[in-house]
Parts: sequence; structure tokens; C-alpha cells
Amino acid sequence: MSGFFDKANHIKWILRSFYGLCVLLLVLDFLLHRHHYLQIEKIPAFYPLFGFVACVTLVVVAKWMRRLLKRDEDYYDG
Amino acid sequence: MMAEYPPFLNFYLAALFYLLLSPLFGPRLRFLLPLVPLLSLGQLIILSPDASWSWQLASLSMEWLRVDKLSLLFGYLFHLAAFIGFVYALHVKDTLQQVSALLYAGSALGAVFSGDLLSLFLFWEMMAVSSSGLVFARQTQTARGAGIRYLIVQVLSGVLLLSGALVQFQQTGTLRFDAMQADGIAGGLILFAFGIKCAFPLLHNWLVDAYPESTASGTLFLSAFTTKVAVYALARGFAGTELLVYIGAIMTCFPIFYAVIENDLRRVLAYSLINQLGFMVCGVGLGTALALNGAVAHAFADVIFKGLLFMSMGAVLHRVGHTLGSDLGGLHKTMPKSTLLCIIGAGSISAFPLFSGFVTKSMIMSAMIEAGHDWLWLALLFASAGVFHHAGIKIPFFAFFAHDRGLRPKEAPVHMLFAMSMSAFLCLLIGMFPQLLYRLLPWQMNYWPYDLTHTLTQLQLLFFSALAFVWLNKQGIYPPELRSVNLDSDWLYRKYLPNMARWLWSVREFTQPGIARVQSVILRPFSHQSGLTAFDTSQLLLKLLLGLAILIGIGLLSSDLFN
Repeated sequence: MSGFFDKANHIKWILRSFYGLCVLLLVLDFLLHRHHYLQIEKIPAFYPLFGFVACVTLVVVAKWMRRLLKRDEDYYDG
Repeated sequence: MMAEYPPFLNFYLAALFYLLLSPLFGPRLRFLLPLVPLLSLGQLIILSPDASWSWQLASLSMEWLRVDKLSLLFGYLFHLAAFIGFVYALHVKDTLQQVSALLYAGSALGAVFSGDLLSLFLFWEMMAVSSSGLVFARQTQTARGAGIRYLIVQVLSGVLLLSGALVQFQQTGTLRFDAMQADGIAGGLILFAFGIKCAFPLLHNWLVDAYPESTASGTLFLSAFTTKVAVYALARGFAGTELLVYIGAIMTCFPIFYAVIENDLRRVLAYSLINQLGFMVCGVGLGTALALNGAVAHAFADVIFKGLLFMSMGAVLHRVGHTLGSDLGGLHKTMPKSTLLCIIGAGSISAFPLFSGFVTKSMIMSAMIEAGHDWLWLALLFASAGVFHHAGIKIPFFAFFAHDRGLRPKEAPVHMLFAMSMSAFLCLLIGMFPQLLYRLLPWQMNYWPYDLTHTLTQLQLLFFSALAFVWLNKQGIYPPELRSVNLDSDWLYRKYLPNMARWLWSVREFTQPGIARVQSVILRPFSHQSGLTAFDTSQLLLKLLLGLAILIGIGLLSSDLFN
């Protein structure tokens, strides 16, 4: 177990299976009939798109916030 | 019947005995502590459903024990949390922490079983004082500062609660704690008091300031009680108050931005605690049976999974000495069990199907759609994706994987692993058999979380959030963990006000001689007659003016309020 995540090969396979699952979930969106409660949910692949875009937005905005809000570790001690 | 007394007495008596007996038996006594919540839970279970216990003080009636499904749910939850907490804290040989934790857990129980505002207030303040002991117990300079700030804010919340209670008593002649209106003075004050403890936006800072400064086990206790008592109080007092839906939605969204750039992983968890509270506050605000059940069920699940995450980071603190993301990584090599348990907590908070967060949060999400709050539902969906990002991935990834820093700490001690395993078991149990929890919920509903649409869309949301994390990391966009402080609303009282005071002081020092000369010229006629110096007289005048200004201010304000 201890060196398992150090091998580049293992990481590659973990990521590949992860991408595979993502593709599967995306395909299922078109194969299965999911229930709609709202108009916006009718957009094809709404949830995968939303999840991806939301997280990229989150990180980009947080990075921008950091430029504004970041101070030295001992800011309040001085 | 013998057992018909409020459960807080079990904990208060245990605290008393602990104080009296610890000089005799020493720290060995701590091994008995997990028995306290166990025995007390036994008493709670045999308590008859119509039990009550009250005192009549002149015209005031204090109801110390009100048993209904809502108070019972939180009663069970707090016993569970206290049991797990005392097992996790078995290594602690500090009487201050043990007694604080006993009194704190007892006060939380006292608060949820209080039938009137006066006893609620007493337990509210007891919680404030006893829990601050857990912050001070870290015994660092930073913890002391954070503890004092924490205590001031908590006591202030109690003062507001008492003021609200008194206004209500004056207006209605009763102190009973039931559903109330937020738009009167009494209701407004009480809602404000609850809002402080529930970490409403801009009132939230005590939480992210103090919780991460406590000890490994102290933070666990802190995360379980104060905010959940506040959720209980909101559900009891302000169910269906629409304002809360908006407040809750803000609470789910703004902390996750901070969580992404925060370096101290226990502070990341504190931010995500506010985010989870946001979902509960939304549920309370919606006020339908499904939403209220969702709010209290999510509180139940949150105490366990957030506790599990805090425990895993506590184990890191215990073994490594800090929880700074910038200096951690690769710990899975020597702490594999803690890693696995942390991942179960992460799965639960992210609301993966089969984990507890999924079966509780989805109730609130569904209620949001039913109520027609489409935009707020989108905000909550954004927050759900964000939770996975900062709590589900960031916490385990930066602590246990990411860059190997060459740290090789021992695995967490066995009692910590045991406590974490109990929580992890409960996360999975509730996630797989939600009816076990649903049966305990106070309101009637007909709901089942596992249908195709729900499971599929949630998995899609989470997997593509994770995909964003992978992509951002590969592109080098993901912000690195940096040793830093991020400004939050506490800047106002930790930097701005002190600086302002310092500036005013320096202005005074600078202009003092000039003012004194002017005063002595103007005031000479008065001071000669009364025998006062010019300085005395000017001080007197200044105070008179200030007093008058305050009186006029109050007058204007109150005429505004009462008309």
C-alpha cells in the first residue's frame, strides 16, 4: 500500500478509470430518462456541465479573492 | 417515576464528581467518561413521552424538561456525539478540558429540552462559558486571543436572547419558547441571538476564528453542539420565516470561496461547517414538513460526518503537530486507516449516494424546488458542487496525498481510530438505510431519496466537479496551499477598530497642548469661580455634551422604532 500512489503507472490507471466513469455518466444522461422538475434541467448534460463550470468558477473567483484578501501569516499578531 | 428529570443533570453531576474525585484518583478517572453519555442515553430512552419538569418562581415558570420528537432527536444526537467525543478524547489528561466538555454537552442537552426562554438563556450562557474552556485549553497565545473573542461574541448572543425574552414577557406575559414572529422587537432580538450562534453571514467569524484554535478533541466537541443547538432553536422558533431561506443560501455559498484558499485544513472544515449550516437554515426557512425534516436530519448527519472529518484532522494534529495544507502530504503511507476514515467522512459531506449526506441534503434540495425557489436552488447546487471540491477532495488530498513531504508519523492512536470508525459506520448506516433516521424525524412526510434521477444527477454533478479539480491541477490553475491569513469580517474588530483607536489616541496626544491652551482661555472665567482647573471644567463639559448626544440619539432611535 505504502508506495502504491508513488508509481506514475498507477496514477495513470486511476485517472483513466476516473475519466471512463465520467464518460459513462455523460452517456447515461442521454440513454436514461431522468425526471425534470425545472426548465433548466432539460439542457442536455445539465448536471455534468454545471458541476464542471461551477467548480472552475469557484476556483477562479477564489484565486482572484486571494489577491485581495491574502496577508502574511502573522498579520494580526503585529 | 425515578427517571423523569432533565438529562443535563447527568452531565452536570458527572462534572461535579469529576472535579471532586480527580484529586483522589488522578487522570485515570477519564476512562469512565464515555459511560456518562451511555448511561444518560439509557435514561433518555426510558423517559416517558409526556415527562415534564418545571419550577414556578413567582410569576415565572421555568420548564426544564419538554419532551417531544424535535427535542428527542437532538437529545439522541447529542448523547451520541458526546459518547464519540469522550472516546476520541481518552488520551486527554487535562481536567479543564474534561470538565468543560461535560458541562458543554450537558448545557447543549439542557438547551434543547428547555421549554421556556429563561432556561434556554441559562443554558445558552453555560454553553458559551464551558465551551470557551475548550478553546483556552490549547494553551497557546493565539488560542487565548481567539478564546476571548469567542467568549465575548457568545455572551453577547446570550444578552440579546435575554433582552428578547424580557420584551416578550412584557408584551405577552409568557416566557414559553414556541414558534414566534421575526418582525417584532422580541422576535427580532431572539432571531439575532440565534443567528450569532448559527454563524449567519457577517456574524460568523467567531466560528472560523476559534474552532481551529482548539485542541484535537476540543474542536470535535465544539463542532457538535453550539451551532446545532442554534439550528434546533431556529426550527422551533422561526420555522417558515422566509428571510432564512435567503440567509441560508448566502451561507452555503460564500464560505466555500474562503475554503478554497484557506491553508489550515481545520479552518477549511470550519468554513465548510458554515456552508452545511446554510443548507439547514434554508430548510428551516422553507418551513414545510419535508424541509424541516431535511434541516434537522442534515444537522444529525452533519454532527457525525463533520465530526469524523474534524477527528481525522485532529489525528493529524495529534501526530504531526499542525494541520497546514502547505506543509502536509503523503500521510497515507503511515496513516492508512485515518486516510480511509477521512475519505468516508469526505464522501458523506459531499453527499455521495450511499453516504449519509446524500439522504439528508436531498430532502432540502427537493423542498427548495417544491417551494419554487429556482434561483436559490441553483445557488445550493453550486454550493453542493463546491463542498465536494473543498471538503471532499481538498481535505483528504492535501493531508494524505499530494506532495510527499517526507513526514512519517505513526497511525492515529487506537481510541481515536475506534471513535472515527463508529462515526464512519454511522455515516454509511444512515446512507444505506435512511429509514432508520427518517423514523426519528419530527414531521410527517413521505420521501425516499434513492430514485434513478436523483442518484444519476448527483453522481454526474460530483464526478464532473472532481474532473474540474483534476483539470485545474493539470493546467496549474489550482491555487497552491500558502501560509497566509485571509481577511474576513473579523478584520473589522481585529485590525480596523484597534488601528482607529490608536490613531485617535495619537491625534489626541498631538493636539493636547493646543486644546489645553484654548480651553484655558475660554474657560478661565468659570474655573476661577468654582475653584476647578480649566482642564477639569472642560472634561466636565465634554462629558455633559457626550451624555446629551447619546440621550438624543437614543430618543431619536426609539421614536423611530416605536412609531
